[in-house]
Amino acid sequence: MFDKDRWKEIIEVLTSNLFRTILTAFGVFWGILILIILLAAGKGLENGIKSDFGDIATNTMFMWTRSTTKPYKGLPKGRNFRFKLEDVTSIRDNFSNLRFVSPRNQLGGFGGANNVIRGINAGAYNVYGDYPEIINQDPMSITAGRFINHSDIKEKRKIAIIGEGVKTGLYKKDEKVIGSYIKIQGVSFLVVGTYKKKSNGGDGEEGQKEIYVPFTSFLQAFNRADNVGWMAITANDGSSISDLKEGIVALVKEKRKVHPKDKRAVGHFDLYEQYNRVESLFGAMRFIAYFVGVLVLLSGIIGVSNIMLIVVKERTKEIGIRRALGEKPWSIKLQILMESIFLTITSGMAGITVGALFIYGINKVLEMNGPVDMFLNPSVSLGVVVSALLILVFSGLLAGFIPAQSAIKTRPIDAIRAE
Amino acid sequence: MIEIKDLHKSYKMGSNSLHVLKGINFSVEEGELVAIMGSSGSGKSTLLNILGMLDELDEGSYVLDGVPIKNLNETKAANYRNKFLGFVFQSFNLINYKSAMENVALPLYYQKVGRKERQEKALKYLEQVGLKEWATHLPNELSGGQKQRVAIARAMAAEPKVLLADEPTGALDSKTSYEVMDLIQKINDQGNTILIVTHEPDIADMCKRIVHLKDGVIIEDKKVEQVRAAQYV
Ligand SMILES: Nc1ncnc2c1ncn2[C@@H]1O[C@H](COP(=O)(O)OP(=O)(O)O)[C@@H](O)[C@H]1O
Ligand SMILES: [Mg+2]
Repeated sequence: MFDKDRWKEIIEVLTSNLFRTILTAFGVFWGILILIILLAAGKGLENGIKSDFGDIATNTMFMWTRSTTKPYKGLPKGRNFRFKLEDVTSIRDNFSNLRFVSPRNQLGGFGGANNVIRGINAGAYNVYGDYPEIINQDPMSITAGRFINHSDIKEKRKIAIIGEGVKTGLYKKDEKVIGSYIKIQGVSFLVVGTYKKKSNGGDGEEGQKEIYVPFTSFLQAFNRADNVGWMAITANDGSSISDLKEGIVALVKEKRKVHPKDKRAVGHFDLYEQYNRVESLFGAMRFIAYFVGVLVLLSGIIGVSNIMLIVVKERTKEIGIRRALGEKPWSIKLQILMESIFLTITSGMAGITVGALFIYGINKVLEMNGPVDMFLNPSVSLGVVVSALLILVFSGLLAGFIPAQSAIKTRPIDAIRAE
Repeated sequence: MIEIKDLHKSYKMGSNSLHVLKGINFSVEEGELVAIMGSSGSGKSTLLNILGMLDELDEGSYVLDGVPIKNLNETKAANYRNKFLGFVFQSFNLINYKSAMENVALPLYYQKVGRKERQEKALKYLEQVGLKEWATHLPNELSGGQKQRVAIARAMAAEPKVLLADEPTGALDSKTSYEVMDLIQKINDQGNTILIVTHEPDIADMCKRIVHLKDGVIIEDKKVEQVRAAQYV
């Protein structure tokens, strides 16, 4: 079936009008090239935006307090309140499938007054009282020393981990940082570590200008009693934080005597949901890439089909002679189909190859010129290449089907008489 | 070998139909060399095409070597054509991008004969028609007579039961015509059954039997004393 003579004939037929064959092949080549490039561009955008999420555990929600908007249980509206440490315990007790519940208190903020002093240098930085687990929920890499640990929490040690941005603000270039003291609102803390946050997003600079101290030391140093300003809650891998969110918010509202229907009092933000939204955006982009690519490809296929029809028409007499000599109809059909598939696959392969080279080139350029915002490592997976090949085989079949059918439609005697 | 009874054939042309063959009764024994004669448009080619399973009969019966030929699907018809019949056409009908040898080997290819055996057989038949040295040439490098001899070699390659030739000398000058007839007579001498359509009396006289068609019926069917073509070559 796939013997040498058949291949010889395929090549003979396709090269007998080489220019026409190449023009036809170009349609398919172009279609597959566009498909590959669109998919790669989509992937690049996706990689870029996903890397902005960094290593943040995406199954995480954040929750903070605002003022109430509804009176409840004798308490007026417009009341300011804080979470309490006991709320953290009851969240842990009531929801078994949570991985981390990290309370946080915060000092300072955007555009605030200078709150940190070291020698003659001063600066305004966000200061967080945190638990050790926060490093999993808001990932950072420790560039020197260490992060907060549990004995810091227990012994309320006055230690601090400062961002690389803080370091450049408060220290001279070659100054020793670890082991030095900084004053946060008049209280001295020993610097035990520095960190750097990986983030390509717009808040990249801001993320390096933070100071982390143990949660318990924070409460004591800045007289926060048992108040908690903010919580980061991560669910176990098996369960989705989006599903648990309602219940957690309802629980703290109940504990803080907030009207259950008060939508404003507890602010929250769910990375998982955000992530999913981005994910579905990429789904839509992939769909568009396939849609456009396949449409262009389709016009290429129609071109192939058209040319095959012309080839069959030109060869009507020859096909008639071959049938008179006893070639079976399926053999003639197979010949036409194989010509069509061969043409489609060869030109498609050329498209895939050029597409791959193009992507390789883009990656090289990106590598040389440094990272671009929201675009990283455009690529197509092997899966896409394989499915593109499958699409090609299928298209070849499709393109050859009608011509093959028409090749054996004419009766042999009429075919022989044709001029 | 061939037996047809009360064969009718008409062609539909729009609303009216043209009754071409109006009840043909005719049989051919093994080893015969039959000329089918008649004026242009008398239905000679139509008859030959039906015998060759390239066309279908409307009415009547056709038995080829004991096998009734009717209601064949295309695959079966192709198979029978390949095994039972060899065709020679007036316009040679060689495949122009294949060499003489490849053309001769084609029917064997459709029989799934191996490549090597195919080439050997094709060469053998080319040798029989005196064109062994031309094996690798393309048809357009051959003269008309040579082309027809390649076509005859091709028709004989599959060792058919019957050789059908539609005006095989129609496109050739008389000298070349006699050469081709000489070849056909030699093939017939080996015991092959051959039917030739022609309207040239001198060609018909080189056969052993002449069937005369007129207005869709056989008006004459006679055995003749064969004129050997070799004496004119
Ligand atoms: N496919 C066809 N469709 C319609 N008419 C045909 C067809 N083939 C042949 N004819 C007609 O049938 C008649 C007999 O044709 P043909 O058998 O080719 O005659 P001959 O070979 O004796 O010259 C002619 O009148 C011809 O026009
Ligand atoms: Mg005729």
